[in-house]
Amino acid sequence: MSLRSPLSKVKGLGSAKEGTGHWWMQRVTALALVVLGFWFIISLVAIGDFGYQHTVAWLARPLNAVLLSSFVMTLLYHSKLGVQIVIEDYVSASAWKVGSLLFSVFVHLLLAVTGVFSILRISVGGLS
Amino acid sequence: MAQLTLPANSKVHKGETFAAAAGAGNVRRLVVYRYDPDHEDNPRMDTYEVDMDSCGPMVLDALIKIKNEIDPTLSFRRSCREGICGSCAMNIDGTNDLACLRAIDDVKGDIKVYPLPHLPVVKDLIPDMSNFYAQYASIKPWLQSQTTPPPDSERLQSKEDQEKINEPSACILCACCSTACPSYWWNDDRYLGPATLLQAYRWLVDSRDEAAGERLDQLEDPFRLYRCHTIMNCTNTCPKGLNPALAIAEIKKMMLERQH
Repeated sequence: MSLRSPLSKVKGLGSAKEGTGHWWMQRVTALALVVLGFWFIISLVAIGDFGYQHTVAWLARPLNAVLLSSFVMTLLYHSKLGVQIVIEDYVSASAWKVGSLLFSVFVHLLLAVTGVFSILRISVGGLS
Repeated sequence: MAQLTLPANSKVHKGETFAAAAGAGNVRRLVVYRYDPDHEDNPRMDTYEVDMDSCGPMVLDALIKIKNEIDPTLSFRRSCREGICGSCAMNIDGTNDLACLRAIDDVKGDIKVYPLPHLPVVKDLIPDMSNFYAQYASIKPWLQSQTTPPPDSERLQSKEDQEKINEPSACILCACCSTACPSYWWNDDRYLGPATLLQAYRWLVDSRDEAAGERLDQLEDPFRLYRCHTIMNCTNTCPKGLNPALAIAEIKKMMLERQH
């Protein structure tokens, strides 16, 4: 049993003086995802033919490559912010919390780099 | 880790049933959470049959009748019986409410009464509010001003400015909102919760207060403020019809405003 006063526990280590950037970027990326997601769905419908040559040719177009890269990066950034919130909400044991936050950051970063690299490889790498 | 099941000694068992006297016509059943720290027994749900022909209309009336006439060991807080003291906040029929403002007729079937969720229970329907009050104290809920008041009058405030603090000032700190919030359940050691944040907002928008910057500094924290995920249980459950969720959103807007 702790003999610290309730007020001392509540004040804890003080305010981190941050959190606004995280909260704001989650909303900004959500807005961007509405636009990019809409474009992505429309594009999938418009492609029609999902044959290899046709799909690769669609992805090779600069505008499509730029928008799809933006979609992948925004999606994974948004997901990283969201997963961080879920971990902070539910994982309170310090070692588990730090470990899962690090794991989440690395996985999201790896997925984003892989996604963008794959798109570039097709678009400017001349893979056909 | 968030604890999703109750520890073995907190599991709630079925308790006793106190039947109404023979001949009672209009009987309602109250199923009430009981826990006595002086015994090692698990918490239990006791059932009381109350004759409504000799009972007032509210849940608090029935609880008082039970304590007076059926089972004097039942413990609960109450004082004003008119929704202004906040003492009799408890979980009634699945939502947090003031027992004095909840009409028995509004509840269908058995009336289940629990203490406010996710607080340590002192006894029966009495939760430990120490952390809740410490959180309230931590936001310095008083006027902070460097400017001295005029020697011959009070600090003046326009009618429009006064109206901004009207609603948040009506909060009675019953803790119905905070204890209805899942974010508060999981992180009540670090998240201030809707009631305290509503009061923080009340001082942030007070035109006479001069500490808005310092107040925002203290709130700007991933846990103290930003654990609010706009779940809205607070606004849904507030027995006074206030809107803590809106106040929290306004605080977040102030945070953004001072950055841009």
